[in-house]
Amino acid sequence: MTDWLVDDPLVLGGQKFSSRLIMGTGGAPSLDVLGRALTASGTELTTVAMRRVDPASPGSVLDVLAERGIRVLPNTAGCFTAAEAVRTARLAAEALGTTWVKLEVIADEVTLLPDPVELLDAAEQLAADGFTVLPYTSDDPVLARRLEQAGCAAVMPLGAPIGSGLGIRNPHNIELMVQAASVPVILDAGIGTASDAALAMELGCSAVLLATAVTRARDPELMAAAMRSAVIAGRLAYRAGRIPQRRYAVASSPPVTG
Amino acid sequence: MEIVINGTAHLVADDVSLERAVSLISSAATGIAAAVNGEMVHRASWSSTRLAAGDEVDILTAVQGG
Repeated sequence: MTDWLVDDPLVLGGQKFSSRLIMGTGGAPSLDVLGRALTASGTELTTVAMRRVDPASPGSVLDVLAERGIRVLPNTAGCFTAAEAVRTARLAAEALGTTWVKLEVIADEVTLLPDPVELLDAAEQLAADGFTVLPYTSDDPVLARRLEQAGCAAVMPLGAPIGSGLGIRNPHNIELMVQAASVPVILDAGIGTASDAALAMELGCSAVLLATAVTRARDPELMAAAMRSAVIAGRLAYRAGRIPQRRYAVASSPPVTG
Repeated sequence: MEIVINGTAHLVADDVSLERAVSLISSAATGIAAAVNGEMVHRASWSSTRLAAGDEVDILTAVQGG
């Protein structure tokens, strides 16, 4: 199976990744469980949030990533305005030595849906500042186009609200985004189980970003392994080209003769 | 004088440096960033940045999230 993947890397911000599964780290019951899940997922790029230092905190998520050679992707989770998000991205760049950022600007705590106006503003500022901007966005093909025009290195539409596990509620919009975009489309948020991740890849997404589906699963390590397989299966199916759906049967055996 | 570090009041010497204020919270050589009154200050400037009474210092690091 590896041979079919070897010439098909994810190219993101000029970097190549052999895994198309980007992981988040929120919600894991412990750093130990998180580490085992990340290993099982095969991920090479994983998000962290920026928060005030807690001197009482045991261990660091950064160590978990560094031990596994996983590239860190800071996010701007918890920011409600472009100004807050830009400031957080700059602090993350200073702390972590990366100008990559998963840009999140949310509208409210209840839906955690992106605020499109603030998001685009922040994306424009950070892209102009030289950041590799990976924006978490609603599943709006028009906004995706504007984000791409702003210089984002990818667009990352939600399948459903963060942590909801509702899957991909509007696959048609995701397909429209994939068809129109010249940057990678990464399905970010809403994944509940492996078939959701496979569907995202079958729709033509370049990668899947998920956290809760793994970290809050009954067995995070096992679910991480399932997601790894699902992303690979979905990608191969996309490349293979599915058969058209038909209303009636098409015999797969030759007709009986004589 | 009194300054606020990560939301908590601290009594420090007058004219204390940002480097000294950070050291009250973290000894990490990497993985942290600091802001004074909302403005990020590069690590290279921590020792030369003098704080004033009432300044609000935020020291951030990466945590599980996203």
